[in-house]
Amino acid sequence: MSDIATPGIQQVFQLKSASVSMTALELYYFDNDEFEEALRDKISQAPGFFRDTPLIISLEKYEGLDSELDFFKIIGACRRNNIHVIGVRGGNSDQRRLARGASLALMPGSGQRDRAHETENPGEKAESAPAPAPRAAPEASPARIISQPVRSGQQVHAPEGDLIILAPVQAGAEVLAAGNIHVYGPLRGRALAGIHGAESARIFCQSLEAELVSIAGHYKISEDLQDNGWKNAVQIQLRDDLLVVAPLDKA
Amino acid sequence: MARIIVVTSGKGGVGKTTTSASISTGLAKRGHKTVVVDFDVGLRNLDLIMNCERRVVYDFVNVIQGEASLTQALIRDKRVDTLYILPASQTREKEALTKEGVERVINELSETFDYIICDSPAGIEHGALMALYYADEAIVVTNPEVSSVRDSDRILGILQSKSRRAEMGQDPAREHLLVTRYNPERVERGEMLSVADVEEILAVPLLGVIPESQVVLNASNQGLPVILEENSDAGQAYDDAVARLLGEEREQRFMTVQKKGFFSRMFKGG
Repeated sequence: MSDIATPGIQQVFQLKSASVSMTALELYYFDNDEFEEALRDKISQAPGFFRDTPLIISLEKYEGLDSELDFFKIIGACRRNNIHVIGVRGGNSDQRRLARGASLALMPGSGQRDRAHETENPGEKAESAPAPAPRAAPEASPARIISQPVRSGQQVHAPEGDLIILAPVQAGAEVLAAGNIHVYGPLRGRALAGIHGAESARIFCQSLEAELVSIAGHYKISEDLQDNGWKNAVQIQLRDDLLVVAPLDKA
Repeated sequence: MARIIVVTSGKGGVGKTTTSASISTGLAKRGHKTVVVDFDVGLRNLDLIMNCERRVVYDFVNVIQGEASLTQALIRDKRVDTLYILPASQTREKEALTKEGVERVINELSETFDYIICDSPAGIEHGALMALYYADEAIVVTNPEVSSVRDSDRILGILQSKSRRAEMGQDPAREHLLVTRYNPERVERGEMLSVADVEEILAVPLLGVIPESQVVLNASNQGLPVILEENSDAGQAYDDAVARLLGEEREQRFMTVQKKGFFSRMFKGG
């Protein structure tokens, strides 16, 4: 990628929005030795998969002391295993200050993530008492419920949680959600679930006739959907970076 | 309070003006004081179909701009005396229809009329938006083919999001589906969508099915709303539609043959 731009030429670069799906490491507590050991263990299960992969550290479930959170050590352990830590997600202001000190990018907490799929652990929540106010918000972002047909040219957006539509989504219409999308009717337009990167998001519909379906940036167009579950009740989910269509009655 | 009904479609040439003429004539024939307003500024032809083009002095835009009063601009129909026509201007731009101006005229009409039928221009531009903005109900005219159905879907979406009812958070406008130019034989041969297909896609209650007919063309050319051709199937189909609009139960006619399966073939090709 040696795209050397000569000064004086009109445009050195162009900024484009990109949505990349990435691996997040959900950190519960930090101990350097245990961390590196666990990391090696994970990598040994799929050596190719982790090689030179970018990684973000998710602090949303971190329960250890802030003073134990040594990003330089984390980065070092990862680097030794050919993993590149590029940023942190969530965390309180102290933790984020530490991350910035280690030249890591800061990403917003994932309030949009679909909690429905994560088995809640009450004990864990009780202990995370010092959570600052903004982090309390993701607790329950209520689903958006639409009971009218979504017509051609219309766009319905659930930026925080799930989107539930009790009517058809017509060709030329677009529905987007941070979480899951349920369509209790035919899905004829475009449906994009997990738009902020939630790979566990799913799309459910009573009749798959979509122009496009997408989960966390992985998409399939109508042409590629014809062979499997077309015009049937299905759920669509992401498995190993592949969109999988499965009939609902056999689920 | 008048019932304000927009006749709209998105797509052009599907029979909006024919429908506006017949529905308004049908309502007036039953004794309801009815006015039909042509919103197609620049391409007016409601007056042709209503056979009053030679009596147009002032038009809708003149009234909006205060150059004429409503009573000066309204043309009384010669055949049905409770029917009035407010013609569109042929020489102005569609932008002459301001939101405030249209509202003033509609409000004034509401004081004296039972039904206000708004004949929308094709498209989804300003003229079409103005025609549907104040509507309490919408008759969506659709031909049994995919592009017309798609455009109808689009205009239904606009009705739900951009009308006054939507902006003020009131109950959405009531929607009626009118399938025109329906030819059961061609449906059987798979050349047309069936009514069931159209209904299923659009998810709007069916007001009526108007069969494709030479009578419609002839009537239009003679300046006669086809509903007055009482012996024709198209005329009777419009009469049924008016009856249903007024809450009467009437069985659907003129759609004898139905077929499924065409639609899937159509989409696989695309």
